[in-house]
Amino acid sequence: MTDITLIQGVNQALKVAMAKDPDVVVLGEDVGVNGGVFRATDGLYKEFGEKRVLDTPLSENGIIGMAIGMALQGLKPVAEIQFMDFIYPAFDQIVSEAAKFRYRSGGEFPAHVVIRTPYGGGIKGGLYHSQSTEQLFTSTPGLKVVIPSTPADAKGLLLSAIFDEDPVIFLEPKRIYRTSTGEVPEGDVRVPFGKARTVKEGADVSVFAYGAMVPQSLQAANVVEKMGIHAEVIDLRTLVPLDVDAIVASVEKTGRAVIVHEAPKFSGFGAELSATISERCLYSLKAPVLRVTGYDTPFPYALENLYLPSVDRIARGIERTASTS
Amino acid sequence: MAEGSDGPLPLPYSESELQDALGSEWKALLTQGYRWMLFGRLMDNRFLGLQRQGRIGFYGPATGHEALNVGCALALAPEDWVFPGLREQLLALVRGMNLQGYVHHLFGDGMDPSLGRQMPCHPTAASVGYVSMASTVGTQIVQAAGSGYAQALRGKGGITVAFFGDGATSTSDFHAGMNMASVFNCPVLFICANNQWAISVPVSKQTAVTELAKKAKAYGMPGERIDGTDFVRVLSTLRSARKQLSAGKGPVMVEAVVYRMNPHSSSDDPTRYLPPGYLREARAHDPLARLEALGDRLGLLTPEEKERMRKEIEDEFRKAIAEAEVAPPPSPDSLFRDTLKESVWPLTEERDTFDRDQGGHFP
Repeated sequence: MTDITLIQGVNQALKVAMAKDPDVVVLGEDVGVNGGVFRATDGLYKEFGEKRVLDTPLSENGIIGMAIGMALQGLKPVAEIQFMDFIYPAFDQIVSEAAKFRYRSGGEFPAHVVIRTPYGGGIKGGLYHSQSTEQLFTSTPGLKVVIPSTPADAKGLLLSAIFDEDPVIFLEPKRIYRTSTGEVPEGDVRVPFGKARTVKEGADVSVFAYGAMVPQSLQAANVVEKMGIHAEVIDLRTLVPLDVDAIVASVEKTGRAVIVHEAPKFSGFGAELSATISERCLYSLKAPVLRVTGYDTPFPYALENLYLPSVDRIARGIERTASTS
Repeated sequence: MAEGSDGPLPLPYSESELQDALGSEWKALLTQGYRWMLFGRLMDNRFLGLQRQGRIGFYGPATGHEALNVGCALALAPEDWVFPGLREQLLALVRGMNLQGYVHHLFGDGMDPSLGRQMPCHPTAASVGYVSMASTVGTQIVQAAGSGYAQALRGKGGITVAFFGDGATSTSDFHAGMNMASVFNCPVLFICANNQWAISVPVSKQTAVTELAKKAKAYGMPGERIDGTDFVRVLSTLRSARKQLSAGKGPVMVEAVVYRMNPHSSSDDPTRYLPPGYLREARAHDPLARLEALGDRLGLLTPEEKERMRKEIEDEFRKAIAEAEVAPPPSPDSLFRDTLKESVWPLTEERDTFDRDQGGHFP
């Protein structure tokens, strides 16, 4: 096996799924001839043809609405929204339709769509190519929300998403599309939903992260290691379903928790994690739960490095939490 | 149009014209159409009444839309799919949706196929290709494009119908759906049931275009405006549209002009906004009265036969209502099913602690 990048993991998953199942179709803006603006769908058009790889008009509500109609007919559509910042015209289709079809029809009409979209900052994308708004989807019952941080997870989780029977929001950390590299198993090897990954074991403080914040948190853990603080870094992988058992087990072991995400703090997914930890682990806690997050502003262009949780900020957060007694 | 006239506008078809429009089985089609339209009319009367008595929570009548519903249902094939707007429940019943199940749905009881989860008049009927609807307006239009795309990709036949009202033509999903279907040449029949009012807003405030069918031109699609209260015209137009669609010639839009002879819903008071002439014009375009007058002229049904039909239909409703009124409510357990295929935490925990959470009583 040779190392590949995270985005190549996405591409491999799509190729494997399309070769295996003729019901898998890909649709979105620039996904066909051009292979996607990030090249996630590179080569699919040539291999599987224009009927299964659709260059769509520029219409996000159109893309997701089409995908839902296809899914109701039994296809397995994988829709790409070019940037998560562009997903809002499709919000009605996702929240009012995809998320509610199974429930409102008594199970008659599951709307299994996969919506892939690059999210997050760190690429000098400014307000509209950088946002991280996973909490809008995690707070909508009826959706699954998945965020890989390695090439193997990108491939294995996307394969699970495509063959899942519920709508899946698949958020790709574009900042590490090409910097996250690693070996990836051949073929249709799936990574199950709802199983967090322990990136680094440690006894002093638990650090919970996902997507591009996983490598940042790991680096921060390595920084504090030199100060004698042993941080445990956990990659949540899927926010819905959430591996609550892994979270509880880790906090019961360390008694301290730091949550890292790019999204603003207020009403972010970290609030859910913090509440869960306080509900489930209060008597194990030796320090308040700390959130290291983006600031509560729109996403800035020139100052994005100050906005995003840096290795230093995360390390300081871990250090502060570890030293509170 | 019909100001000053009190009776229904005649449908002036001769027998040979009917033969041309509907084929040799025209008599049977008119009889079948009449029966279902009468069924729809009696259903609205019955269930609006039940709503007014507080026995069901809500009702959205389709009085005035019957010819469009029934004509469309009879023009379609079993493999076709329908993405309904607000007033197409009668269409589903003509296609074979179980009446008892639908009445359970109107009562929101435990025998409702959607387990009492939706307001009345939002049924689901996968067995007849009738897709569960949201109350959001227009979202179904673009989904229909995807459904039609899938049917064409599979190559096993079948077309998709998207129903929507005049108000929905202002939504972004109307634009997206029309555009997607024509770019990808999807077999989708877009039917705009233009009853000229979106709750209280007249069609003249939705668009500066005088005929909604003209919007089709912007998508490179044929668009036709028809009198949606003329059963013969509806059935013959939609039959030929379906033929064109199944030949792979791309999507078609039909604007069927109808009249909303009842309030928007049981929650609406149209005396606040309807101009005085509208209801009179609507009565002149009463699709049931128009078809009945045609049938009478052709000697299709005797008064006794019509009366027997009416009684049979009323009996069906009586029986279904009686059964629904003694049906149990949805089980609390049904709260915890179908959000996802398999429930995940924390819903699993909420289910497991439900009895404890709900069980306590405070003095």
